[in-house]
Amino acid sequence: MSTTMENGKAAPRPGTSMLMRLTESRNGLGLFFMLPAAAFLLCFLTYPLGLGVWLGFTDTSIGRPGVFIGLENYQWLWDDSVFWMSVFNTLLYTFVASVLKFVLGLWLALVLNEHLPFKNFFRAIILLPWVVPTVLSALAFWWIFDSQFSIISFVLMEWGWIDRPINFLGDPNNARASVIAANVWRGIPFVAICLLAGLQTIPQSLHEAAALDGASSWQRFRHVTLPLLTPIIAVVMTFSVLFTFTDFQLIYVLTRGGPVNATHLMATLSFQRAIPGGQLGEGAAIAVAMIPFLLGAILFSFFGLQRRKWQQGGAD
Amino acid sequence: MASVEIDDVRKSFGNHPVIKGVSVAIEDGEFVILVGPSGCGKSTLLRMLAGLEHISSGEIRIGDRVVNDLPPKERDIAMVFQNYALYPHMTVADNMSFSLMLAGVPKAQIQERVKPAAEILGLSSLLERYPRQLSGGQRQRVAMGRAIVRDPQVFLFDEPLSNLDAKLRVSMRTEIKNLHQRLTTTTVYVTHDQIEAMTMADKIVVMHDGIVEQIGAPLDLYDKPANLFVAGFIGSPAMNMLSGKLDEADPSRFVTGDGIVLPAPPGIASARGKELVYGIRPEGVSLGGTVDLKVQVIEPTGSESQIVALLGKTQVTCVFRERVMLQPGEILNVSIDPRAAHLFDAKSGMRLTD
Ligand SMILES: Nc1ncnc2c1ncn2[C@@H]1O[C@H](COP(=O)(O)OP(=O)(O)O)[C@@H](O)[C@H]1O
Ligand SMILES: [Mg+2]
Repeated sequence: MSTTMENGKAAPRPGTSMLMRLTESRNGLGLFFMLPAAAFLLCFLTYPLGLGVWLGFTDTSIGRPGVFIGLENYQWLWDDSVFWMSVFNTLLYTFVASVLKFVLGLWLALVLNEHLPFKNFFRAIILLPWVVPTVLSALAFWWIFDSQFSIISFVLMEWGWIDRPINFLGDPNNARASVIAANVWRGIPFVAICLLAGLQTIPQSLHEAAALDGASSWQRFRHVTLPLLTPIIAVVMTFSVLFTFTDFQLIYVLTRGGPVNATHLMATLSFQRAIPGGQLGEGAAIAVAMIPFLLGAILFSFFGLQRRKWQQGGAD
Repeated sequence: MASVEIDDVRKSFGNHPVIKGVSVAIEDGEFVILVGPSGCGKSTLLRMLAGLEHISSGEIRIGDRVVNDLPPKERDIAMVFQNYALYPHMTVADNMSFSLMLAGVPKAQIQERVKPAAEILGLSSLLERYPRQLSGGQRQRVAMGRAIVRDPQVFLFDEPLSNLDAKLRVSMRTEIKNLHQRLTTTTVYVTHDQIEAMTMADKIVVMHDGIVEQIGAPLDLYDKPANLFVAGFIGSPAMNMLSGKLDEADPSRFVTGDGIVLPAPPGIASARGKELVYGIRPEGVSLGGTVDLKVQVIEPTGSESQIVALLGKTQVTCVFRERVMLQPGEILNVSIDPRAAHLFDAKSGMRLTD
């Protein structure tokens, strides 16, 4: 966010009051108009965030105001293998789910961008996983991944590929794969629809020019579609990574972090320690520990989001 | 380079016929312009030549190959699009060398081909720029550069000048014509602007509503338009048209609906009794004579005077080399050279004079 910080142009005329000067200067007026938004942000963003960070430096627990204990919570977490497990899980979850969402979402967008029969119908259908409440889809997945009544196990057994139901949520690695699959299913529509919108901004004549220049369909994708889509990809994937990194609902409904913390993400572990566990200070410290990762992701995308050289210059 | 033959080509979008049987033969090295009003199917025809649009029926041959079912990349043609279709994420140099890069031409050789093309078009200092950093005219040149570098069998242009300002359009006209004289590559050029067609083409194809109205050299179309449509379309200001009949007694007299008598062109006695349209170009009228015009508007351009006047109840436009000093409402005496007049059958629109 950059505000226009040019110097106020109003030349102070003799006899103008302070208020007059303020309303006539660009900066003064700008500041004035920003006040409501600033107050809003202060109340609803900065205060809770600040409180969270402060709690991380205390030993507050539910029902008992804590005292400042410096970095003790963080020292404790440093030696906590469950915490490190959750960090590993979060990174794995975010990385694998984001890559899958990107690849499948892009593929879906490309398919939907072709001339299909019932195109609009499919485009609408695609959004379904995204519009149903997370809890609802999580419950559905919970049933799909059930250790005895799973439809997947049932079908595979019918086909004779396996003898016993798969223990989807009971085995650590199966559980990880299962929650990732559920997250991918939920996240694809967002990626696909955004990329579809991006694809539709690429003029048809560029594809035609490339076809005349002798490009095969793969070369057209590689040299025209993909480079022109990168600005949108950067935006979409930034959001996708942030959503995935901070995911909570899916995990909480499906596994509650189990089995044996194999699917605990930092968000779920933070909640687990703070609310059911009562250790508000420690939970807050885990949440604060997410911030560097998120900042890293934002910085990364900041450079990805920058206008590329070819986007600069006069309009068409 | 190659000849192009379009043989009874038709195209429908769904049930809607757009090209209704077009045949054009284009010789090797010829500069052919498809001209016609907006929506008459020029771009569609050009896109079928390029392979961007499927041909519903008929045959297109480039050289001696039938290309109906060949994909664009195998037709060896280059096209300049109306909106230029430059790749926005590539520099001018990359835009121009994209096709060579795809064809696997070695880097050094690409350089060798891009450089002279850029020089011809005055793009040498812009090679590292991106399309957004160029003016409209420069983009237009890059689009042409991209086509030239390929050294294709045929160049296709789809209204390449319509996004430029009037002055630039005139100078690009000359430049494209020069370029063609230099490269002698067969060129098919689409425009809705008859002046562009007249000034640039070896051969003009006048299209209207999905059919070809007339094919011929620019001056042939001007001097002998085959029908009322071509007569009205080619030439600016447009030909004056007056409906009426030949005098029953004296076929050298044409009588307009308002009863005004004009000299009829020779050798059309057989048209007696038919409903006719009398066509005379603005410069076919000269000062002094027996025909009375009631002056409405005088537009001096310096080199000539353009006068809009009433002939009976029909508005006509005349262009004189002389300076005419008259007030609106005054009467101007003019004469019409019968050999400069055209007669058309009012019903069929076909030309009757030869
Ligand atoms: N893809 C298309 N689908 C349906 N109709 C089309 C399509 N492309 C062109 N047309 C129609 O074909 C006619 C000719 O179009 P076009 O060749 O672009 O005209 P021109 O280039 O002469 O202005 C127009 O009536 C247009 O509406
Ligand atoms: Mg067109």
